[in-house]
Amino acid sequence: MSAASLAHAGAAEAHATSTGLNSRKMLFWAFLGSECMFFGSLISTYLVYRGRDATGPHPHEVLNIPFTSVSAFVLLMSSLTMVLALAAVQRGNNRGARIWLAATALLGMTFIAGQCFEFTEFFYDGLKLQGNLFGCTFFVLTGFHGTHVTVGVIWLWTLFGMAMRNRLPRERSLDVEIAGLYWHFVDVVWIAIFTLIYLIQ
Amino acid sequence: MATTAAAVPAHAHGESGLWSWVTTVDHKRIGVLYGTTAFVFFLIGGLEALVMRLQLVRPDNTLVSPDFFNQLFTMHGTTMIFLAVMPLSASFFNFVVPLMIGARDVAFPRLNAFSYWVFLLGAVFLNLSFFLGGAPNVGWFAYSNLTSSQYSPGHGVDFWAVGLQILGIASLAAAFNFIVTIINLRAPGMKLMRMPVFVWMTLVTSFLIILAFPVITVALVFLLFDRLTGTNFFVPAAGADPVLWQHLFWLFGHPEVYILILPAMGIVSEVLPTFSRKPLFGYPVVVYSGIFIGFMGWGVWSHHMFSVGLGPFADSFFALTTMLIAIPTGVKIFNWIATVWGGRVELKTPMLFALGFIAMFTMGGLSGFMHASPPADLQQTDTYFVVAHIHYVLFGGAIMGIFAGIYYWFPKVTGRLLNERLGKIHFWGMLIAMNVTFFPMHFVGLLGMPRRVYTYAPNMGFEGMNQVSTIGALLLVPALLVFVWNLVTSARSGKPAGNDPWGGATLEWAIPSPPPPYNFGSIPRVGSLDPLWHKESREAALASNQVRGHIHMPPPSYWPAVSALGITLLMSGMVFGWWFGVPGAILMLLGVYSWAYEPCT
Repeated sequence: MSAASLAHAGAAEAHATSTGLNSRKMLFWAFLGSECMFFGSLISTYLVYRGRDATGPHPHEVLNIPFTSVSAFVLLMSSLTMVLALAAVQRGNNRGARIWLAATALLGMTFIAGQCFEFTEFFYDGLKLQGNLFGCTFFVLTGFHGTHVTVGVIWLWTLFGMAMRNRLPRERSLDVEIAGLYWHFVDVVWIAIFTLIYLIQ
Repeated sequence: MATTAAAVPAHAHGESGLWSWVTTVDHKRIGVLYGTTAFVFFLIGGLEALVMRLQLVRPDNTLVSPDFFNQLFTMHGTTMIFLAVMPLSASFFNFVVPLMIGARDVAFPRLNAFSYWVFLLGAVFLNLSFFLGGAPNVGWFAYSNLTSSQYSPGHGVDFWAVGLQILGIASLAAAFNFIVTIINLRAPGMKLMRMPVFVWMTLVTSFLIILAFPVITVALVFLLFDRLTGTNFFVPAAGADPVLWQHLFWLFGHPEVYILILPAMGIVSEVLPTFSRKPLFGYPVVVYSGIFIGFMGWGVWSHHMFSVGLGPFADSFFALTTMLIAIPTGVKIFNWIATVWGGRVELKTPMLFALGFIAMFTMGGLSGFMHASPPADLQQTDTYFVVAHIHYVLFGGAIMGIFAGIYYWFPKVTGRLLNERLGKIHFWGMLIAMNVTFFPMHFVGLLGMPRRVYTYAPNMGFEGMNQVSTIGALLLVPALLVFVWNLVTSARSGKPAGNDPWGGATLEWAIPSPPPPYNFGSIPRVGSLDPLWHKESREAALASNQVRGHIHMPPPSYWPAVSALGITLLMSGMVFGWWFGVPGAILMLLGVYSWAYEPCT
C-alpha cells in the first residue's frame, strides 16, 4: 500500500490517532494475535494426541497428499488474487476490484469444495469424528479452518456486492485491506496445518 | 458553556429513558451498566456462598442436598470470577480509562456496547440453568472426565460451557477495544510512560485476555464436542488424556488470575498517591513489574497441577517460575508502601480500602508462595487452605481494590460523594468479617478438611473453625448492606463532589462530575505523569473544559444489542436446540450487517 493512499485512508477515518496507525487495522491485528492462540491450541492438541491411537484409520492410511497439495495451491493462489483485488481498489479500478474479489471468493469456494470432498472420502475410509483421536482432532482442527475460510468467502462476496454497486471507492480500500489481512492469515494457518498434519506424519 | 452548546450534537447531551440505555454507546454509561450488573451478580454469588456457609455450620447438616451444594460452589466460583470481578474491572476500564487518557470515548463505541450486552445475556443464560434442570455442578474448573456425558448427564455442564463461550466473546471484544483505545486514543503529550498505572494495568490485562481466552475457547469446544456429538477428546477409553483439559484450562486459568488482580493493582496505584499527597514511588518499576507479571503469568500454569504427577522436572520448573513471579509482586507491594511512607496520609474510605488491599493481598500472596513448593502443595491442594488462599487474593485483593475504586470514582460518576462515616463502617466491618471468615480456613485446611465437601463428620475437629467461618460470612452481610444503603442514599443526596474532591493527579479530575457526554470540551495536552499536580500542565488540563470547535460524537445504535442477542441465541442453540440457534443466526447476521452499513459519523 502506498504512503499516499495510506494517508488517504487514515483521513477517511476522521480521527487522528496517537500512533498514526489506523484503529480498525490495529484492532484487527490484535484479533489475529488472538486467533494465533486459538489455532495454536487446536494444533497443539492434534500434536499431543498424534500416534496415541490403538485403532485406525491412521493418518498415512487416509491422507491424500497429492489431492490436498492441489487444494493448498488453490488457497495460496487466492492470496495472490486478494493482493490484486486490494491493489485494484487502491487504484480506484472498480472493474479490477470486482474481478479479483470474485476470483478470490471462487478460489476459496474451490478449497471448501475440496475439503468437503476430502471429508467425505475420509468418512468412507472409516475416519469419523466420533472415532479415534486422529478423527476427532483432525476434523475439529480442519473443520474450524474451513469455517474460517467460509466466513472469509462470505466477507469477500459482501465486498463484491459493494463493488457491484460502486460502493467500494478508493477511500474505502481499508475495508478490503482488512478483509485481506484475514484472508492471508487463514492461508498461513493452512500452511501450518498442511505441513504438520499432511507432510510430517 | 451555553454559548458553545451548538457545537455539540443533540444526541451527545444526556438522554434518559430505558431506550437510551439500550442504544447508548457512551463509555461512561456502559461503565455504569457494567458496574451495576456485575454488582448484582456479586450479591448473587455472595448469597450462594452464604448458603454454603450455613450448610457447613455444623457436621452432618442437611440444609441443602449434596447435589445442590455442588451447584452452589460451581456457580459461586464461576459467578464471582466471570460475572463479578471481571465485569467490575471492566466497568472501571470503561468509565475511567478514556477519561484518564484524555479521550472522548473508546476507539469502538458500538463494539463496547456489544461487549456489555453479550456479557449481560451470557450471564443471564448461565444462571437460567438453576431453573432449567440444575446448574453446573462440577466445580469452576470442571475437570475432565467428570464433565463427560456419562458422569454429568443433564444440561448443567452444557450451560456452563456455552455460558463461558458467550462470556468469552464479551471479554475478547472489550479487550480488543481497550488495547486500541489505550494505544491509539491518548491525548497529545501522553506518552506511554506518562500513562497512569491503572491504564497500564488495563492494557496488560487486555493483552492477557486476548491471548488467554482463545485457549479456554478451544478447551470448551472440545468439551462441547464430546458432550454434544460424542467425540473422544477427553475419553480415556479411546486413549485420550483427561489431563489435556487441565493443561488447557490452566494455561488460560493462570493468566486469568492476573486478569482478576492486575486491574485492582492499578486502582490501588491511583488511590495511594492521591491520599498520600505523593507521586507513586518508582512508577516505571511498578509498570515494568505489571508487564513482567503479565509475561510470567504464562509460565506457571502447572502449579495448579502438582498433584497430577507430572514428574520431578516439570514440578521443579513450575515451582521455580512460581517463586519467580512473587518477585515483581513483592516489588509492587514495596512500591506501594514506599508511596505511603512519609506522605501526608488522609485516611479517607478509598485509602482505607487500598491499605486493606495491601495487607490482605500480601497475606494471600504469602500462602500462595507456600504452595509454590510441590511437597507443601501436595498437603494443601484441594483443602480449605487453598480456599483461604484464593479468598485472600480475590476477596482481600481484587474485591478490596474494586471497593477502593468505587469509593474513589463514585463522585466522578454521580457528582456526589459517598458518605464517609458509612464508608468507614463498611470498611472495618468487611475487613474484620473477611478475616473471621477466611482465616480459620487455613487451619481447617491444614487439618485436612477437603474443599467442596457438602458436610463433615462430627469427630473430625472441623466443627469450631467452620462455625467461626460461618459467623464471619454472616457478618459480611450487614457490612455489604451498609454499602448498598450508602450507594442508594449518596447517589440521591450525597454531598456534591465538585470536579476534584480528592485533589487527584490524573486527567479525570480536571473535568466536571459527572463529566459531560463528550468528556473534554477540547482535548488536553499532557505535559507530565501527574498533570494536575504540576502548575503548567494543570492549567493545560483545566483548559480542556472549554469547548473549542465542533465536537463529533458517535450516534446511539441498537444494532450492538441486536447482534448480542443474536449471538447469544445462536450459542444457546447448543443447549436449547435449533429453534433457538437458527433464529439467533439470522438475527446475528441482520445485526452485524446493519451495524457494518450503519453510518456512524
